[in-house]
Amino acid sequence: MTTPTAALVGFKQRRRASRSRSLRAWYRNGSLMAGIVIVGLLVLVAVLAPVIAPYDPIAQHLEQALESPSAAHWLGTDKYGRDVLSRLIWGARVDLRVGFLAVLIPFVVGSVIGAIAGYVGGIVDTVLMRIVDVFFAFPFYVMVIVLVFVLGAGETSIYLAIAAVSWVSYAKIVRGEVIVARQQDYVVAARLGGMSHTRLLVRHIAPNVMSQAVIYAMSDIVMDIMAIVTLGYLGLGIEPPTAEWGSMIVDGQEFITTQWQQTTIPGLVVVVTSLGLSWLGDGISDLLSPDRRR
Amino acid sequence: MLHRLRFIPGRLLQAVPVAFGVTIIVFFLSHLLPGNAALALLGERATKASVAALTEQLGLDRPLWEQYFRFLGQIVHGNLGTSLTYQLPVGQLVLQAVPVTLSLLGLALVMSLVISIPLASLAASRPNRAGDLFARGFTLLGQGMPQFWVGIMLILLLAVNVRAFPVGGYGDGAGAHLYFLFLPALTLAIAMSPTIIRSLRASMIGVLESEYVGTAKSKGAAGMPLFRDHVLRNAAIPTVSIIGVNLGYLVGGSLVIEKVFALPGLGSLMVNAIFSRDFPTIQGVTLFVAIFVVVVGILTDVVYTMLDPRVDLAGGTTP
Amino acid sequence: MPSTSTSTDTSVHSEGPRMTAPLLEVDALTIGIRRRGRDDVRIVEDLSFAIQPGERFGIVGESGSGKSLTLRAIAGLLPKGVEVLSGTIRYRGEDLGGMSAAARRKLMGPQIAMVFQEPMTALNPVVRVGEQIAEGPRRHLGLSRAAAAELAVEMMRRTGIPDPARRARAYPHELSGGLRQRIMIAMALSCSPRLLLCDEPTTALDVTVQHQVLQLVEELCDETGTALAFVTHDLAVVNQTCTELAVMYSGHRVEAGPVKDVFRDPRHPYTRGLLESAPDFDDPDRALIPIPGFPPNVAARPDGCPFAPRCRFAIEACTTAMPAQEDVGPGRTAACIRTHEIGSAAPGEPVEVLA
Repeated sequence: MTTPTAALVGFKQRRRASRSRSLRAWYRNGSLMAGIVIVGLLVLVAVLAPVIAPYDPIAQHLEQALESPSAAHWLGTDKYGRDVLSRLIWGARVDLRVGFLAVLIPFVVGSVIGAIAGYVGGIVDTVLMRIVDVFFAFPFYVMVIVLVFVLGAGETSIYLAIAAVSWVSYAKIVRGEVIVARQQDYVVAARLGGMSHTRLLVRHIAPNVMSQAVIYAMSDIVMDIMAIVTLGYLGLGIEPPTAEWGSMIVDGQEFITTQWQQTTIPGLVVVVTSLGLSWLGDGISDLLSPDRRR
Repeated sequence: MLHRLRFIPGRLLQAVPVAFGVTIIVFFLSHLLPGNAALALLGERATKASVAALTEQLGLDRPLWEQYFRFLGQIVHGNLGTSLTYQLPVGQLVLQAVPVTLSLLGLALVMSLVISIPLASLAASRPNRAGDLFARGFTLLGQGMPQFWVGIMLILLLAVNVRAFPVGGYGDGAGAHLYFLFLPALTLAIAMSPTIIRSLRASMIGVLESEYVGTAKSKGAAGMPLFRDHVLRNAAIPTVSIIGVNLGYLVGGSLVIEKVFALPGLGSLMVNAIFSRDFPTIQGVTLFVAIFVVVVGILTDVVYTMLDPRVDLAGGTTP
Repeated sequence: MPSTSTSTDTSVHSEGPRMTAPLLEVDALTIGIRRRGRDDVRIVEDLSFAIQPGERFGIVGESGSGKSLTLRAIAGLLPKGVEVLSGTIRYRGEDLGGMSAAARRKLMGPQIAMVFQEPMTALNPVVRVGEQIAEGPRRHLGLSRAAAAELAVEMMRRTGIPDPARRARAYPHELSGGLRQRIMIAMALSCSPRLLLCDEPTTALDVTVQHQVLQLVEELCDETGTALAFVTHDLAVVNQTCTELAVMYSGHRVEAGPVKDVFRDPRHPYTRGLLESAPDFDDPDRALIPIPGFPPNVAARPDGCPFAPRCRFAIEACTTAMPAQEDVGPGRTAACIRTHEIGSAAPGEPVEVLA
């Protein structure tokens, strides 16, 4: 029977070996590279928005309303005379930032709750999972919409609403992983060696179980951006006049017969963003769990 | 088979605490509003009288637990409150809107199967060839497009540029309903298909490599009979489960689609209630939808049990 | 490895003209994987044998010898990527490879049927067993649903399944392994085929059940005059059930002939090795002599006889060319250049190289 340290070291060595095998090939993964390029470009655009946007996104020039695309305004102007292209660029700042932050809170909260439920087990686990079941009954969009309504429109509400609804998925995933991990040899060995629960959870179990949660988070970002854009479409999201892709789509829907690009282009940008994030997410998930079949 | 359906009462019983939890959450939604709930609900232009009336109607001046039980009692009697906007019982409004939403969901499900089954079969029978790559590309794209935007694009392409379909509304009579539901259902189907295709393709690949398909071929089976009796009957099983799990998400998506196409279903009811701050309606619709999702979950288990004779949900799978 | 001049005599019998045409003729069959830019991987190489109508023919070899693939090639069920690289399979004189897929499918059921090794995975888990048996007759014999169902119950009765009418409504997972295998046999025989291909049908069963199932197969084939192509690694099974056999090693046929003769007096070192390493209940004190080593990697077979590296009779000449099929008795062949010396060797001892 190996010593606790030996079991732990052996396990870590095997993990490191499989990870380095996959790292060596990452730059050859076509979709991963495409994802990195697209997301990188978008982040760049968002960061440099003040510099590269030709016009102020919220200044209204009613005399220039609803102009077709031209040399001066590459994508035309909206009903308030605002340059569509500039709004698109500034919108990237909003949607990307909010999307990324919106994923963090449920990721952290859900993972902690799931880890506790999985590790402690027993009545704590049963109660927590019942609560999860209750939350699961509420359709994502219904709850987010209602919560944003209740909390009032605006960025903070979006974070709270999405967090309140999304944490359950992370809880379920992490709980499942912790239950499996808890029975592994290295955990038993560490406990026999006298390691405290907290230290064991934080320093040894967590790094091994988080990969599944991270993989889910990658697809969750896409879902959250969809939700933010949908909220914007419904008029419940980021408050006007801030440029946001969803509200741009709803603004443009009115003029679909004359200026169809106003409602189409922001949607296309969302599609490209999602594709980029999906590819990036797939690539990262491949790196994190090379031996699992997707 | 009836014997295997004996899990239903147990599952219904399990659903009860979940239902309770749902009611608690829905109830406390109103109490998340800071300050005077009635005032916040009615907005700044409310008169003192209307604030007082609403306070009394919602029983906001009573202790919390008393309010909750009053709320529960009302629900059990089918009383979901009265809509502030329409001055009609919320229950009535919900019941009027439900057929529209159900028709939309039903049509969307049928359409998504029509799209998904052939694509998944094509992909599974020739993995990594043109058909498969197309199916996977469609899946990737389908998941990346905002549902409501797909709806708008369909309107642009098929209702504005080419006057094939109406821009919105519901029409009169069953035939007209179908016509008006076509584009919204197609939008939802495009949203649903990626999940179905991905699951079906994976399970089909597994089934196609199985021994029993080999046995069927050794009996001379091929083409449609092979596909229908052997491949699909087995590959569909995990997919049914996946559809059931995703149905909640889809119901939410359908609500937004209703707004895009101006369909008088639960979605429009909800969204309009939000904008007119009609809280009883919001509460009623949310409650209904949540319970609906729980019921659908049980129905999914029933269908799953019917499809797979090995499954015994009351006592674990038969070895 | 180049194919040297092996005898293309498909019949394992080397004497006299046959009175009846063989039911199945496998002629220089090579099965493998085509690779672009590199040599093809040959799993079965230059295999020839014939099965007469009503004959019970065994194909013996260890895992990886290619015996299962041979059966699958006859049935047209080769796995993805594996194909017939050369040679022909003729059923009743017709080349199976030259047929259209539709014509070939018409044969599967009423002419050729197959029983698989693992009945749990070989039966459709979500369809009742009676229906599965009835599927073939409905398709090939044009029976109505009711008539086919009756036939299914009758077939189940003939395979010794108790209470067949009720059992027909069962699902595979509700039946024991022995019953499932009987279902498979009933299914295979439901259209009265002329040739029954059996791929290790008893390997996955308990020993007691094995015996019953084997007897069943023998009886039914006798009754209907169905020929049997029986693949197995179990010598005892071949001894009991088959009259003729072919021994395969690493994709080649190394010995062939009547079962009793071959087992009494094996003329290939591999066959000898198999017999010496298998327990004999009539001689329980005999020492078991295992064959050392492992079969060669299919993609990298050495030149010459594939058994040479493990063969205690091997000489230099064995490694240069694949031995031809030699006549070693009435209706018997063996592919070994030292075959005439093997008969006289004592167990476990190499034969002296005669100048």
